Amino acid sequence: MHDIPIIKKEKVKSSAKASTKQLNNTIKLDENKFEIVFNASSSVYDGRFANNGWLQEIPKPVTSLTWDNAALVSLKVAKKFNIKNGQMIEIKVDNNSIKLPAWITPGQNQKSISLELGYGRTFEGRLGNGVGFNVYPLRMSNNPSYSLNASISVLDETYPLASTQDHHGLEEDKYAAPGFDKLANNEVQSRIPELVKQSTLDYYKENPDWVQKKVEEHKPDKKRSWAEHSMYNPEPEYDYSKGPQWGMSIDLTSCTSCNACSIACQSENNIPVVGKQQVMNGREMHWIRIDNYFAGDPDNPEMSTQSVACVHCELAPCETVCPVAATTHSSDGVNQMTYNRCLGTRYCANNCPYKVRKFNFYNYTRDLPEVVQMAMNPDVSIRFRGVMEKCTYCYQRVSAARISAENENREMQDGDFQVACQQSCPADAIKFGDINDPNSAVSKAKRRNRDYALLAHLGTAPRTTYLAKIRNQNPKLSSGAHNGSHH
Amino acid sequence: MSNKAIKSKAQIRAEKLLPGNQDFTSITNDIAGVPEQKKTPIQWWLLFGFALSLLAIFAGSVGFLIWEGTGIWGINNPIFWGWAIINFVWWVGIGHAGTLISAILHLFRQNWRNAINRFAETMTLFAVICALVFPGIHVGRIWVAYWFLPLPNQMGMWPNMRSPLIWDFFAVFTYFTVSLLFWYTGLIPDLATLRDRAKGFKKKVYGFFALGWRGGNRQWQHYELAYLVLAGISTPLVLSVHSVVSSDFATSVIPGWHTTIFPPYFVAGAIYSGFGMVMTLSIIARKVYNLGHIITVEHLDKMAQIMLLTGCMVGYAYSMEFFVAWYSGNPYESFAFVNRALGPYWWGYWAMIFCNVVVPQFFWFEKYRRHIPFLFITSILVNIGMWFERFVIVVITLHRDFMPGAWAMYNPTIWDVSIYLGTFGLFFTGFLLFLRFLPMVSIAEAKLVLPESNPHHGHDHE
Repeated sequence: MHDIPIIKKEKVKSSAKASTKQLNNTIKLDENKFEIVFNASSSVYDGRFANNGWLQEIPKPVTSLTWDNAALVSLKVAKKFNIKNGQMIEIKVDNNSIKLPAWITPGQNQKSISLELGYGRTFEGRLGNGVGFNVYPLRMSNNPSYSLNASISVLDETYPLASTQDHHGLEEDKYAAPGFDKLANNEVQSRIPELVKQSTLDYYKENPDWVQKKVEEHKPDKKRSWAEHSMYNPEPEYDYSKGPQWGMSIDLTSCTSCNACSIACQSENNIPVVGKQQVMNGREMHWIRIDNYFAGDPDNPEMSTQSVACVHCELAPCETVCPVAATTHSSDGVNQMTYNRCLGTRYCANNCPYKVRKFNFYNYTRDLPEVVQMAMNPDVSIRFRGVMEKCTYCYQRVSAARISAENENREMQDGDFQVACQQSCPADAIKFGDINDPNSAVSKAKRRNRDYALLAHLGTAPRTTYLAKIRNQNPKLSSGAHNGSHH
Repeated sequence: MSNKAIKSKAQIRAEKLLPGNQDFTSITNDIAGVPEQKKTPIQWWLLFGFALSLLAIFAGSVGFLIWEGTGIWGINNPIFWGWAIINFVWWVGIGHAGTLISAILHLFRQNWRNAINRFAETMTLFAVICALVFPGIHVGRIWVAYWFLPLPNQMGMWPNMRSPLIWDFFAVFTYFTVSLLFWYTGLIPDLATLRDRAKGFKKKVYGFFALGWRGGNRQWQHYELAYLVLAGISTPLVLSVHSVVSSDFATSVIPGWHTTIFPPYFVAGAIYSGFGMVMTLSIIARKVYNLGHIITVEHLDKMAQIMLLTGCMVGYAYSMEFFVAWYSGNPYESFAFVNRALGPYWWGYWAMIFCNVVVPQFFWFEKYRRHIPFLFITSILVNIGMWFERFVIVVITLHRDFMPGAWAMYNPTIWDVSIYLGTFGLFFTGFLLFLRFLPMVSIAEAKLVLPESNPHHGHDHE
């Protein structure tokens, strides 16, 4: 059970060699010359959305950077030139040069540097002015997508970059991020298969029940569920066998970590934008966080992503510790925050094993222009400074659907409504609905043998569960030496 | 019934604890003489000025905190608790020595406590006040902090009695109330002494608080009984308060907090730090007020012995935490502890080990237990070590728990520091006012160790 492969092993070496050879034949670069690739920004595209705070603050897939663009360099280049994250570098193509900070990115080709368009704008507006670095000076009309003649020099200054996730968890200290150490690296490596359960398609076909076995592996008493091992009240407050009971399923095989769910959630739930400084202080407010983990060879890593929001534990550790009962359970199984009861001890967030609770350290909504206030979702309260907030399962939508169903004198049905993240997921990885209805999409998803609860051993009995990630990579595309096994 | 026998017991003891031929009058004059000083010593004014400026920093910082919000601190997601909670636990811990010395040592008839109990109790009161500041100001919405109280209200809302923070709140408040009563009860005979020696307005004030004490036989009987009962009530509190504080952590699910060893380990640590603080303050006071013959090296020696004991207890707890983390086979638990010792905050962990485990080992030797400059430095190191212990528990645990995707680092801001320093202003302002206006050693109890106080004085039955 400990060695679950995530990469196909057969014929790996020869094909990888062939592909490298092929690559070397196609492009020949000088020792100190780099290829520059221009990418449209995943957040602000070519710059047209640069004045949008939501898009500036959403963490970019892979790098988790916000509020800036950076020159993405490989670890090998970083080591060779002694570049640290946030180190300013000068990139020169012919007679043009730009200065911008570097960000070491696993999987970046060592002969290539990625630049993101759409930043360093000067006439954008209140938010977008001066955010990031303009890379257009290097982009010539005769070659708008890439340039092959770039040279870099490292400058003796650093620039603060705001990443929502510092640690990427590559083996040993091959990868150096701020505050990152070997100890943590090894630990992250060993946790990835626990948190983001994954295997190859072949392995899954041979062992269709491996996920379930893995979840049960260390359970002391096999006759009792994990929830019955919880130190918290083993008797749920309500009878969860009655009425609609809300639950969610997230398919990690489909998820591409695009972050659309997080933006949809921000828009639906009036989540404030806190700005670069607060992101650097670790206070971004997104209710959905995309965790990115990297394993294996830094030049060609296996990336695991996982979107994490409140999982609505039936035996929620946050609820018992709140001194004023501001976070409680509803009879339909949702862990709810009563904002105007919350006094902000933050104890719930400390005791949350998933770390999905977000605190209003400042009054982030004080200076909202009237127009922006008008743009807020009227169904969701604006939170004041000093209160905790988190995913509500879009309860306003649940209520609206319930009221409609009552008005139409019928029971609620699967598909009456969607929650915001589910609605926006382009891969349809998120299912939400009544888990008491055996025919609902979420029930069907949860019955699949890939279903598992995050940190199930804590006995929190979460309502959001995940479907394990099944990889079916073309061996020609995967790295050569890496055997991909973890434990 | 020989005089020799008496000298070999009571008198020799008395000479050790109260050297120099002292009697009731000289003790009263020496101790009551300090608050009766006509002219306040310049050193007192200097210290008081310093304390007041720290208090001003405290007031300013708290004002800014209330105005801006807890965002001015270094706390973030996932380190939702920072210096405020560290300081709270630290001050509560310091506040432990007072009741231990007063109550438990009283019940065990350890008369050597009589020279330091007033000191320790006063220190307890102000330390607990400093501690109670933090749960009040660290919350997000300070203006509704009274929701901790079980006040009947139109909302029909009630505190969540399952929350350790509520237990904590009650435990610390109970402790404060009982400590205050205990302190005040012990003070009554001395207040009467001061009343009898004062004139004019002072006489009225001391007289008001002396509650008509005359020192009659019946009054002493009632007093002794009341004192004993209060000591009995306080004794379980010494063990309960920090046990309850520790359950803030121990009842959570977070690896590194979720441990059953916390209550005894916290209590030992609290007594350790409390004695450290009593040591620091009494060394200063006996120097400034020339009270070396009342707070003697013998007393300091005994305190050092208790610090050795409790220091070894916390050392045992630290090693046991590691053992259990390994023995449990729980990888999350193991990492939490390895990360304490070898992670990015290794310096915090090893500062704690040095101050709390290594330093007290010198107290195995009498030479060091009686070396006053060494004791002074050690007593300060003890409290630095205990601060780091709470830093280790609060910050290092939270910065890396279950989900690596949410891991982060913690950087305190100037406001974390200023509020912490500010509480010293609060503490020392109160303590200096106490030194100026009240007897710092219990006059009545200091006399108890004199042979004349022994009911069998002159009638030894051996």
